[in-house]
Amino acid sequence: MQKKYLHWSLYLAGLIVLLVASVVLSLSVGEMNLGFMDIFSILRKGNGSMEYTILSQIRFPRVLLGIAVGGSLSLSGILLQGVYRNPLVEPYTLGISGGASLGVAVAIVFGLQHLIGSFVLPISGFAGAFLIIFLVYTISSRSGRINIQSMLLSGVMISFIASSLMMLMMATTSSENLHGIIFWIMGSLDEPDMSLIYITLILAFTSLVASYFFVQPLNALRLGEEKARHLGINTDTTIKLLFLLASLLAGVSVAVAGVIGFVGLIIPHLMRLLVGSDYRILLVSSFLSGSIFLVLSDVIARTIISPNELPIGVITGIVGGIVFLLMMGRSSLRTLKNN
Amino acid sequence: MNSSILNIQNLCCGYPKFQLSEINMNVRKGSFSGIIGPNGSGKTTLFRAITGTLSIKSGKILLGDKNLRLFSLRQRAQSIAIVSQFIDAGDMSVEDYVLMGRIPYHSRFSFFESEEDFKIAQKYMEMTDTWRFKDRLMSELSGGEQQLAAIARALTQQPELLLLDEPTSHLDITHQVHILNVLQQLNQEMGLSVLMVIHDLNLASEYCDQLILVNQGKIHTQGTPEEVLTFQNIEDVYNTVVVTQNNPLSGKPAIFLASRKVLKEIQEKLAE
Repeated sequence: MQKKYLHWSLYLAGLIVLLVASVVLSLSVGEMNLGFMDIFSILRKGNGSMEYTILSQIRFPRVLLGIAVGGSLSLSGILLQGVYRNPLVEPYTLGISGGASLGVAVAIVFGLQHLIGSFVLPISGFAGAFLIIFLVYTISSRSGRINIQSMLLSGVMISFIASSLMMLMMATTSSENLHGIIFWIMGSLDEPDMSLIYITLILAFTSLVASYFFVQPLNALRLGEEKARHLGINTDTTIKLLFLLASLLAGVSVAVAGVIGFVGLIIPHLMRLLVGSDYRILLVSSFLSGSIFLVLSDVIARTIISPNELPIGVITGIVGGIVFLLMMGRSSLRTLKNN
Repeated sequence: MNSSILNIQNLCCGYPKFQLSEINMNVRKGSFSGIIGPNGSGKTTLFRAITGTLSIKSGKILLGDKNLRLFSLRQRAQSIAIVSQFIDAGDMSVEDYVLMGRIPYHSRFSFFESEEDFKIAQKYMEMTDTWRFKDRLMSELSGGEQQLAAIARALTQQPELLLLDEPTSHLDITHQVHILNVLQQLNQEMGLSVLMVIHDLNLASEYCDQLILVNQGKIHTQGTPEEVLTFQNIEDVYNTVVVTQNNPLSGKPAIFLASRKVLKEIQEKLAE
């Protein structure tokens, strides 16, 4: 067995162990702490106790949504960075979060959740995200081919327009609506609808499997679009499908959990530093690390000012940013020593 | 040996402000051929048409006896390997980079390289003398080493035709000669057909057995270095006065330049 494959197996095993550990930690820590071993006995005993209700109806759904949204955002980030060959691209750069936020703001301002039901918020978020994706895609397509640079620029511009429109709504709406919009934008894993959580989870894992159909094209794209074509890769189709897959992942995540920043940017970066740039290991390790990161961030958000809860986007930004800078510092030090 | 590997018939292609017109050329199987010409003459446009990067308006390009337009991208990559002028492989190891040459042979679902892939990559890395630094990152290599790794990657595609875009530009003479010696060895020992765009007329003369001189979007002359690198052809195409003499070691044509000052002095002497 190649040494490289052995390393990958070890990283993968380590990440799976970390994910299990973070899930157990997330289930046990909270306003009411539960012992690690107690979790299994509470679950075995089943319905009836307060502990069981806390586990099954509060913490377990959050853990599932954390795994799904963390994995989705991180996978979306790594796919987009691969397509654009730009490590600074993340799902939100292309206006996906701006579109989703605008969709939710429209729903709240026009009171659609009172008319139709609370389900309307994620649906309008998703619709907003996809409207933006459609616009970016249409503007950047010329006779069946996508211009990657134009896609990035139009994404950034449309994102600004969406943000400005949302601010316009926030400035002119009632304070009650304003509170609703801000609460949604800050992001949270608190989702009462289990069916939405399952949809997000199934989509996340299906997309991870689907992304592996593109692992060779993604690796070839590391050399550039033209050189990937010289290696027999249909880059036009690859870029279109990966863009759609990444957008779907980010759109659904934002629609269900709100705007949770930095995961799609920081986790792929961290994984590149740890496991290298080969997409065969990078896709799954980014997905798992994104899940671990969001589950742990949720633990901090729930416990740091307990019984109150911090928005999870605040934690991902601060913790993610600091960890990333530390990793960068270590990496730069190592490079300096080697030179 | 005299059959054709690449046959271009009445090719027209290009950009709104620059067109190649009525290109007819033939590259013999097993030959070491060079496309030469001044800046802006259409060398790169022709190269991009052959690589499939630029679409063709009319005419056809045959690889052997098959029209390249009918090739899928994968079939094309199995038949023609391309070494570009600029190599940006970032932080991948030399071995990983060379193994990318096996991508055209992998199915969408093959996840790991096979033992055979590793053996093929090793064979061509040894041939190009890149095996010794297989674990180093591409970004850590010198320009010459990167070119050798790119040639190893191209050979790993096991192509019928190797296309190179100015493989010796930006290199010192040691690396220029080293790269061309490696290509010559591959051409002679493996019978690999090589076609390269090259600026240096003396290197083209020394290494190529067939030259195609391009000027203003058309083929000016094609043939052996002796037939192409004549005083008249060089003056017509490059608009520069040169002296052509045979290299005393190889007997191939060599081009000598003279500065305006020297030419003026000669004119004055002749006037006296």
